[in-house]
Amino acid sequence: MSYRVERMPEMQFRDLEQQQETAQFGMWVFLATELLLFGALFTAYTVFRYFYPAVFAEASHGLNAVIGTVNTAILIVSSVFVALAVAAVKSGRRKAFLFDLSAAIFLGTAFMALKGYEYYEHYQNNEFPGLAFDYAVPNAPIRQVYFFLYFAMTGLHAIHLTVGILLLVYVLVRAYRQHYSTAYFAPVENAGLYWHFVDIVWIFLYPLLYLIDIHH
Amino acid sequence: MKSETHISELRPPPIEPANYLNADHGVKSWLFTTDHKRIGLLFLASITLMFTLGGVFAMLIRLELLTPKGDLVSADTYNKLFTMHGVIMVFFFLIPSIPAVLGNFLIPLMIGARDLAFPRLNLLSWYIYLAGAAFTLWAIVSGGVDTGWTFYTPFSTAASNTEVIKTGCGIMIMGFSSILTGLNFIVTTHKLRAPGMTWFRLPLFVWAIYATSMIMVLATPVLTITLALMAIERAFGIGIFDPALGGDPILFQHLFWFYSHPAVYIMILPGMGVVTELICAFSRQRVIGYTGVAIATLAIAFFGFLVWGHHMFVAGEAAYAAMAFSFLSFAVAVPSAVKVFYWTATLYRGSISFEAPMLYALGFIGLFTIGGMTGLFLAALGLDVHVHDTYFVVAHFHYIMVGGSLLAYFGGLHYWFPKITGRMYPEGWARLAALTIFAGFNLTFFPQFILGYLGMPRRYYSYPESFQTLNVLSTAGASILALGLLIPAVYFLWSWFYGPPAGPDPWNAKGLEWTIASPPPKENFIVTPVVTSEAYDYEVAEIEPGLFYEEAD
Amino acid sequence: MILTAINIVFVQIGLLPEAASSEAGGVDSLFYFMLAVCGSVAALIFVLLAYFSIRYRRIEGNLVAKGYKMPKFVEIVWMVVPFVIFLGMFYWGARIYFSVFRPPEKALEINVIAKQWMWKFQHLGGQREINELHVPVDQPIKITVASEDVIHSFFVPAFRLHFDVVPGRYRTTWFNPTKVGEYQLECSQYCGTDHSKMRGTIIVMSRSDYDNWLTLGADNSLASNGQKLFRQTGCIACHTRGAQARAPMLAGLYGTEAIMQDGSRVKVDDNYIRNSIMNPEGQIVAGYKPIMPTFQGQMNEEQLLELVAYIRSLAAGREEIPPNFSPSAPQPSPVGDALRKSESTSPSPMSP
Repeated sequence: MSYRVERMPEMQFRDLEQQQETAQFGMWVFLATELLLFGALFTAYTVFRYFYPAVFAEASHGLNAVIGTVNTAILIVSSVFVALAVAAVKSGRRKAFLFDLSAAIFLGTAFMALKGYEYYEHYQNNEFPGLAFDYAVPNAPIRQVYFFLYFAMTGLHAIHLTVGILLLVYVLVRAYRQHYSTAYFAPVENAGLYWHFVDIVWIFLYPLLYLIDIHH
Repeated sequence: MKSETHISELRPPPIEPANYLNADHGVKSWLFTTDHKRIGLLFLASITLMFTLGGVFAMLIRLELLTPKGDLVSADTYNKLFTMHGVIMVFFFLIPSIPAVLGNFLIPLMIGARDLAFPRLNLLSWYIYLAGAAFTLWAIVSGGVDTGWTFYTPFSTAASNTEVIKTGCGIMIMGFSSILTGLNFIVTTHKLRAPGMTWFRLPLFVWAIYATSMIMVLATPVLTITLALMAIERAFGIGIFDPALGGDPILFQHLFWFYSHPAVYIMILPGMGVVTELICAFSRQRVIGYTGVAIATLAIAFFGFLVWGHHMFVAGEAAYAAMAFSFLSFAVAVPSAVKVFYWTATLYRGSISFEAPMLYALGFIGLFTIGGMTGLFLAALGLDVHVHDTYFVVAHFHYIMVGGSLLAYFGGLHYWFPKITGRMYPEGWARLAALTIFAGFNLTFFPQFILGYLGMPRRYYSYPESFQTLNVLSTAGASILALGLLIPAVYFLWSWFYGPPAGPDPWNAKGLEWTIASPPPKENFIVTPVVTSEAYDYEVAEIEPGLFYEEAD
Repeated sequence: MILTAINIVFVQIGLLPEAASSEAGGVDSLFYFMLAVCGSVAALIFVLLAYFSIRYRRIEGNLVAKGYKMPKFVEIVWMVVPFVIFLGMFYWGARIYFSVFRPPEKALEINVIAKQWMWKFQHLGGQREINELHVPVDQPIKITVASEDVIHSFFVPAFRLHFDVVPGRYRTTWFNPTKVGEYQLECSQYCGTDHSKMRGTIIVMSRSDYDNWLTLGADNSLASNGQKLFRQTGCIACHTRGAQARAPMLAGLYGTEAIMQDGSRVKVDDNYIRNSIMNPEGQIVAGYKPIMPTFQGQMNEEQLLELVAYIRSLAAGREEIPPNFSPSAPQPSPVGDALRKSESTSPSPMSP
């Protein structure tokens, strides 16, 4: 692999290695703060599910569990591709690197499309708090809280996934222009870390929201 | 080593070498700078503006309370005044004060780095702060907000008809600034220390900022979500916190204080760090119990996360939960008390001089002691049942936040002013201001302890006549305090341009920041320093034989 | 003894509020204890600060710090000793807390309803008051607090009692006034424009004066008002005996445990009844369909408390629903009417 640019470390670093280590450590600290961001919503969810277990179980029937399951599979596979991409850039396999990245971006976009369709369905079914909501059904206020938490949690997740997709696109463009090498790949690793984090958040969201009452 | 105070005269006259202030010129060079020192100054300018605004509100509150009957402003205006005073002072002054100004300026200098780990992120942090402040000012201009800085539901979501959402957004935005600053400090402390700068050679100010940053990174996101939920409930009527819609108002308090109690430590820990530096520098002595102070700092940050429930002793949390929170609140007082002991012990057998920064440091110890101990009164369940939400609480947290954080901030500003500007401030005026602030502060807030125990609730616009004497005293004190705060504003501005040149180390202090020129060159260290000794390695006369003992290790 | 003397002096010179409840003395004792301990330690620190500052000031002959090594045991002592003292303070505080918030068995019950910006009181005998509460001296009084709107706080400095009134739930506490007199009641949780005017008076009367007062303000009992509501709002249509019963019978229910659909057991207390009325689908009793409508927004806190009082009165099965119940029950007294009128006409009444 040939490098278009010979990378120099930024002014505050001794060498490129220190710069990469620092960037990666920064990403871990950032993920810690992200964890607490989702954590607050998970806390609110837990409290309300404890208060109103029956209403939550009943309201969860309004979710499209098929799409939810497909989306879960999509995200897990996308994470595999991201992991493969990081491995590829480390060992200098350019073609595999570009392919894996593209596949992950495609899967992420597919997830977003399906999620968008789900949101549209909820809008059609009057299950969209603040926009279109049916107050005539029993327990409407609590159902509204459930659907609000659903939108807040999946919405925050969707924003993160969008950022993740943009990050991967950025990495892909830079990769295409040969910015990365076996010696410099910190941005790829960081984008990958972020992607895995967003994936893991979904792994928790999926059962909490979709599978509350699946045995019925 | 003859004359201590006129060190600067012994040095050759400065010839204005290149430094971070004169390296680039023009407004653009400031607005697009990534230099941590310049960003520190940008923060200094913006939080000074916010502090002035918050101070004006405070003065109006005190003037209103001169008489028992509300007569200066209307009840609604008064409610907005104390809310905006709280919002601005807490979120836009105290939280960013020492970390974003002194921390930004000093962390790289103290650890021997050329900048923070992420300089562009640092600049972004300032712009986010500006956006948050602008949002909040917009809320104030378009009518203000009257919920109290705590935004308790369901008042804030269902009853108030003021600019709650705008203010909430302003604070949310400011939160991101806080998170990014904290993240930058954590990473910088971990990864950019100069060769030889081990963890236990770090100045304790760095430890304090490090612990503070942990809290910023881990607690602030919870506030973001909490305020977002509040705003959404208010905007769309979704019942998260309003019981009429199936929500739980106590949940809001839990979430809010999960951030806002640790936020108290965001405000005081950096102050403790500054004071440690000052005590060592002006008693010419290594801090007694370096490890103890460092560990106490981390312990406070850790326990600070576990005590939020002590704000809800009478609000309806389970009695056993209240017991646990009370116990943990006493536990967090231990490392705080220990720090006071270490500072006091550091004076023993020192060589103490009393320049203005030291006056602030000594004032800090005294006032923090009172503030901390009255915190114990509030942590004791049975007593909190009486003094909760009274002026006792108001006095207590002002002793911590003004007597503690603000005094430390001022002490730090004076101490590092020669480093920041390359010039000295007028010592006589500074001492006068320090004493005025100290006296004014005590006269303002000590009567409030008595008022609180007598039963004057906080946030009262009018009050029973029997409370008037103490309120008049308090307002008199506030006037003195305000006067005291004006003096530094004048002489700092004057000395920035006309003060005598300071030289690299006017205090004869130790620490990497004093080894370089004042003001520092743009890159801080031309040659990367190599650290070979502990922090505060002041020259020490031979210890008398038999005075305690030499440790075996 | 000594404490009492100090107390009297402090009250006289206005540094301490009057102490007029059985618990106030305990709170003050803890206060004095903490003041003494913290005050001594603070004084010690200040003296040391001053002494060191003078003794070790930088003068000719003391230009260089002398330095010393702090023995480890001193550090351990100043960590352990405060902790032990803190444990004592914690324990004492917790004991007071438990006694303050655990009402004794036999107490006079009074309902407190807070709303922006007034205090309303319901006595079991049906007397209602606004911003004034008459209670007998030396009698434990259990209060159940409810809020119509936002969070308020019931604060009587002379009783050293502070209790948040949280909307959407009932909370109970108690006090035992020990001195005849009038005491300031304040709202101490910020609640809006006239927060500082949400003040009232607790009037503690001798037993005989109180009995006298009771007869003056006689009205229908709280439970009988509740019974009327029970009929008027149609509760009785379902909660009844016989073939048309679609809901559980309420007689003898209070104080027992209800079994929910999911098998969990819930104690039937004031809060349970409140939730069942406001949020019926949240807790469906096993064997019944979720058909009860919510009364959220249709019933105010005063009416709710009357219903609760009625259902409680059925606890022992004493007061069955009379089969030939007539809606034209005893007329409300003029006193009650006047109170209701004053409440509806003036938006923010102060106590006269």
